[in-house]
Amino acid sequence: MKMMIGIVIAMSLLMSSSVYALKAGVPLEFKDEEQEELYNDMLHELRCTVCQNQSIAGSNASLADDLRGNLYKMVKDGADEGEIKKFMVDRYGDFVLYRPNFNPSTYLLWIGPFLLLLLGVVVLRLNVRSRNKINNSSDLTTEESELLAKCLDSKKEKK
Amino acid sequence: MNRHMIPLIVFAALLLLFWVGLGLNPKIIPSPLIGKEAPKFELPELHDPQKIVNNEMLKGRVTLFNVFASWCVSCRAEHHHLLKLQRQGFHLVGLNYKDEKQDALMYLRQLGGDPYAMIAFDYKGNVGIEWGVYGTPETFVLDKKGIVRYKHTGPLYREVIENELIPLIRELEQES
Repeated sequence: MKMMIGIVIAMSLLMSSSVYALKAGVPLEFKDEEQEELYNDMLHELRCTVCQNQSIAGSNASLADDLRGNLYKMVKDGADEGEIKKFMVDRYGDFVLYRPNFNPSTYLLWIGPFLLLLLGVVVLRLNVRSRNKINNSSDLTTEESELLAKCLDSKKEKK
Repeated sequence: MNRHMIPLIVFAALLLLFWVGLGLNPKIIPSPLIGKEAPKFELPELHDPQKIVNNEMLKGRVTLFNVFASWCVSCRAEHHHLLKLQRQGFHLVGLNYKDEKQDALMYLRQLGGDPYAMIAFDYKGNVGIEWGVYGTPETFVLDKKGIVRYKHTGPLYREVIENELIPLIRELEQES
């Protein structure tokens, strides 16, 4: 039991330290709420290029720390979202943005899912159409319709 | 066309997509700097802080701009290649990235020498950000006008040097 408590405490310490790793506990100061919001938004929009599936908000890599510092300075100096994104893309490429800009190298990325959807719709329509064709073309021969009528009649009689 | 062929074709297309897609190394991010002028910077020289190293000094001849640090393990793996390139007469400029001066000097001594014509000392790592450095070592090739023409991320190894780096440098040397 004691050990369990120890593990729980250790885990919660570990977790809290990775969540609040921003600049060693010193609260950042901003001119206004708008700047603070921009800073926080950008933290989650920018990918840490070292540890690729983390934003720079969540990464402990030293590069992420530097980028946070850079971002903070830019926000303080009054840069807007477009300027910040341009700064990062100019240096690290489209990859640094979780939602990259729409340009020739990212066309497929953005349009791809819709193309797949379109393809799915086309295949579905073709399928439905050919199935309809089979259903409509099932006109019975006289022999068959007589047989069908007979079967239906015999069913009625049973009731 | 036989309609039963369609699933087979779709399967083949997917196979091709995954074959190519999974073969790519996600750690290699194409550099947006290629085709552009080297970023402006000015830093003290590692050996002699009185001197400076700046982007203007990368012009005039084909230059290998190599980012390294003493804490970078894979930099050690490529160091002997850099020494060899220097012996072959290539112009190497170093960027010592987020390092301590004494550590960097010790690193060069331990690994058999300093292959660089000069080393920019980027203590804070700000110049590294200008160059989009994210995984040391990184090697850029600059033409005579100081335009970035090539980037290799990660340690250099023989195939890259012989098949890509040296042919490119030879080609760039022919340009005026």
